[in-house]
Amino acid sequence: MSEVFKIAIIGSGPAGMSAAAHAAQKGISHVLLEKTDHLSDTIFRYQKGKHVMATPAVLVLRSDCEFDAGKREKILDQWNADVKAAGVNVRFKAEAKAITGDKGDFTIELTKGEPIRCENIVLAIGTQGNPNLMRCDGAALPHVQYQLDDPGEYTDEHIFVVGSGDAGIENALGLAADAAQGNTVTILNRSADFARAKKANVDNLMAARDAGRMTIMTETSPSLVEPGWITVETPQGSSRYKCDRIIARMGASPPRKFVEAAGLAFASDSPSAFPTLTPTFESSTKPGIYVIGALAGYPLIKHCMNQGYDVVEFISGTTDLEPADEPLLKEKLQGLPGRRSVSEWLEFLRSRVEILNGLSPLQMREFLLDSEVKAYKADEAIFIRNDQGSSLFGIADGSVKVEVDPSNPNITVPIGEGSIFGEVGLISGRKRGATIRAAEPTICIEIPRMAALKLMAQVPEARDTVNRITSERQVLQIFKSGLTPADISEVLATAEVMEIRPGQAIINEGDVSDDLYIIRSGSMIVEKNLGGKPVFMSYVPAGSYSGEMAMIERAPRVATVKAAIRSTVVKLPADPFRRLLARKPELAKRMYDEMKARREINAFIEEQKEEFGGAVDMYSSVANFLIKQGIGEATDVLLIDESLCVGCDNCEKACADSHDGLSRLNREAGTTFANIHVPTSCRHCEHPHCMSDCPPNAIRRGPDGEVFISDTCIGCGNCQRACPYGVIQMDKPPPPKPKLWEWMLFGKGPGPGQPDYEWRKKAAKSGAGAESPKLAIKCDMCSGKAGGPACVRACPTGAAIRVSPDAFLSVARIEKGAG
Amino acid sequence: MTQVGGHHTERVRQRTHEGFLRHKGFRWAQIATLLCLVVVAVYFFVAARIAEPPSGGSWLGYILGTISAGLIVWLACLGVRKRVITAGHYSLKAWVSAHVYLGLSLVVLATLHTGFQFGWNVHTLAYALMMLVIASGALGIWAYATLPQRLHGNRGETTRKQMLEALESLDKQLHDLALPLDRAGAEVVRMSLEHTELSGSFWRRLTGSYGNCANTRALHRLKTLPVPADTRQAEAMEKIATVMEQKADVLGLARRQMQITAMLEGWLFVHIPATFALLAALTAHIVSVFTYW
Repeated sequence: MSEVFKIAIIGSGPAGMSAAAHAAQKGISHVLLEKTDHLSDTIFRYQKGKHVMATPAVLVLRSDCEFDAGKREKILDQWNADVKAAGVNVRFKAEAKAITGDKGDFTIELTKGEPIRCENIVLAIGTQGNPNLMRCDGAALPHVQYQLDDPGEYTDEHIFVVGSGDAGIENALGLAADAAQGNTVTILNRSADFARAKKANVDNLMAARDAGRMTIMTETSPSLVEPGWITVETPQGSSRYKCDRIIARMGASPPRKFVEAAGLAFASDSPSAFPTLTPTFESSTKPGIYVIGALAGYPLIKHCMNQGYDVVEFISGTTDLEPADEPLLKEKLQGLPGRRSVSEWLEFLRSRVEILNGLSPLQMREFLLDSEVKAYKADEAIFIRNDQGSSLFGIADGSVKVEVDPSNPNITVPIGEGSIFGEVGLISGRKRGATIRAAEPTICIEIPRMAALKLMAQVPEARDTVNRITSERQVLQIFKSGLTPADISEVLATAEVMEIRPGQAIINEGDVSDDLYIIRSGSMIVEKNLGGKPVFMSYVPAGSYSGEMAMIERAPRVATVKAAIRSTVVKLPADPFRRLLARKPELAKRMYDEMKARREINAFIEEQKEEFGGAVDMYSSVANFLIKQGIGEATDVLLIDESLCVGCDNCEKACADSHDGLSRLNREAGTTFANIHVPTSCRHCEHPHCMSDCPPNAIRRGPDGEVFISDTCIGCGNCQRACPYGVIQMDKPPPPKPKLWEWMLFGKGPGPGQPDYEWRKKAAKSGAGAESPKLAIKCDMCSGKAGGPACVRACPTGAAIRVSPDAFLSVARIEKGAG
Repeated sequence: MTQVGGHHTERVRQRTHEGFLRHKGFRWAQIATLLCLVVVAVYFFVAARIAEPPSGGSWLGYILGTISAGLIVWLACLGVRKRVITAGHYSLKAWVSAHVYLGLSLVVLATLHTGFQFGWNVHTLAYALMMLVIASGALGIWAYATLPQRLHGNRGETTRKQMLEALESLDKQLHDLALPLDRAGAEVVRMSLEHTELSGSFWRRLTGSYGNCANTRALHRLKTLPVPADTRQAEAMEKIATVMEQKADVLGLARRQMQITAMLEGWLFVHIPATFALLAALTAHIVSVFTYW
């Protein structure tokens, strides 16, 4: 009979390793199971010499293993030494296959060797170690691999790369880069295009194909792997090719099946959901199994290591362990009225704010780390109309009043305890629509956008609540006119939230339909067929409505409305809305006036089209070009008028000189149409793609609407990969340059602008600069500089302008063109 | 959100779409014209009342001289303004606009300051240098107003880096294709690979004369070579000719780009040195006037 361990830890990443080290330190019988032959495979797979950062900086590390920011090698060496010193019982090449049994008597079956028996299990398997596997016959053959460490290792081989993401493309390019290696490289893509990969990578791939260095097979997937051969399914049928090696890069996902098979429940069906846990990391459905680290939703190394320590304390019976983040929360909550302890505050907020009700105390703790709690005096402003902000507020105590009429602050609508506000900014990414003040002494929790989105993904009730309130408020805000929630309840009862693909029409010209649409997120363009050609009429940003003409006049649609980018719209059926108009003459008048204004614009364009067809065509095609460039999701974009640009690159130099010597824009790169050049530079999207997966949550939206990266960036490069416009670069600031006058008078240093690579290398060598990591760098719209963006200020000819799409895509362009 | 209570930063944004010449509806053109008109009116008003036209030594001459000297120094500061990127609000476009029109107004101001008294001395030298600076500046205005269209029309969406990369990749193809060739063929390819000069001196770039471009010569020579009997070699030769033609196209594009850039910069090679010479001559002019008063 084999030994029964008190704790079996699966996964030896920062979380599992820290748990094992603490168990060893406490003399608890334990075993650490690692699938590979080395510790911490995720960190191990980082490229050589990568600088690993330790965030959040304020969080105290509580672990028996050391960890500090530094090079990958140094950290791995440190951990190996720590694990050895602690006397951890580690078993390499021990991959868990299944977990059976219950608390006190678990059996972990391994893919190889004797099963492990234990009383408790700590699951610390993260999400990275589970690449999506090939599923065809023969996929288990040894020449199928899911990782490529060094492309230089292979020579004279027929290699197939499966996968159309960046990892696959980069691997394929690496293998084909050196013709002397003699590899015959083919990349297989299941779909027709490489939509998931960065443009630069795709361009390189196409160039490599055009140069005859590799083959690309699209709409093709492998169907059979045999030693030395691969059979693939192409649109033309199946064919068999010589193949010595297959590199499959098809992404990774949490090993949900394995976890669920062990009896653990997930919070929702969303792919980003995590297992539900108690405050002691124990599964809420399977006692005795504890989940820590990335699989529990904590991707940062420090969090993971602290949890490893904590979970062993919990298992060994400690109940009064003060969490490592306790001091942070204490600091955050001090100064608030009420003299509550941290856990009392957590419970207070959780039970009172409706959308937080579904959170576990553990989630609540994590949640509060990201959020702010603030007390407001009566009449104190919480935010002001036209402020930038995408955070969500929950009212824990008291109530607030919304100034619905900008011209008269005395007209207010109350929002009571437990409810939320600020959700329109959260969902549409636009400026705040109204000023909100505390109606009485009030305590609110402010939830940043990312935390709010995470909450909505984890807790379905929270998502439904936010959606319901959003539709109601958005209708009230768009139509104003003194409407109350009761007035619009009939309209909302039949409202439908719809997701619209880019280019998909919600309204077709000539159709007989009369529903009204509210653009919740994204944006729409209105086109009308004039003289056989679609002509761009106007741009409809999120937070506006469309389709009122047909509804009011009961006539066929006069124009086509289609999505500029992926959008969400709310469809309001016509009949209840007409009844609402009949009841509310003020609203009817307002909509009628607005319709008249829109009609005038349309008439103007049509009339101009007859007289100055060229100007209108130009306006229409420029608008379409800009929409194609993604301007539809931009809030502020740099454009260059090529009829004025002399190519002096002063914009780039100014950018570099106002940002640590690194330019965040590439003037020359980018696309051009009719004198308008869209350089490679951040557009500050409404819903920034870069924000979608930032582990330290370092990307935020600033007070002027700028999307910026704060100094908590850990240099992981996720944002760079996520940005479809290629405007984020990974770099480290160059050494300081000599003063400008020294350059002007004595020619010292590289002069204005970003110093070239040679100078940087030389200066870095001569100066005793500390090792600085490569961090993500992008435009911050010269945040905090009174004069505004330096690129525009420094343009000598007025070629560089910054515009917002709704201002730029206006008919004023036609008047100028025609005049 | 920390900014509450209406403290959100309202920053100045340059959103208007006007070039430096039309900046703010020709504001500086109007100011410069007005300045010239006033100065001309005062000058002739004063001149009508005295026997000789007012010279640089008269009270009016001093005023005009002071204004002109001040303007010259301020105009020269554009070079500093352009390079010092401060955080406050300024617009380089507005500076350039003022620079252009006030600079042109110096033609009137300084000419009236001379009282039409010229000679072979440092005073007239300063005047002549100033006119040279203004003339080269006028050339610059022409260049800035007309060349950008050509500059961007020429390159399309190809960047400088891409042009260089294209050349590199064509060279690599030439190198690989030349492997099966015999000695004579390899020589021709080597000529294109090793002796093709992309740019050359400023003058060459400006005139765009690359008459004996090694790639062109290599292409000509290649066509005179006998067709090899070996089919592999013959095929390679054919491909090489195509690649060399592609290379010639890319070279042409890059050289035209450099030519337009050179034209956009060329006038500065007169404007800037002449400005420094002017500042020196101006200093000598002022010092000598006050020393030998």
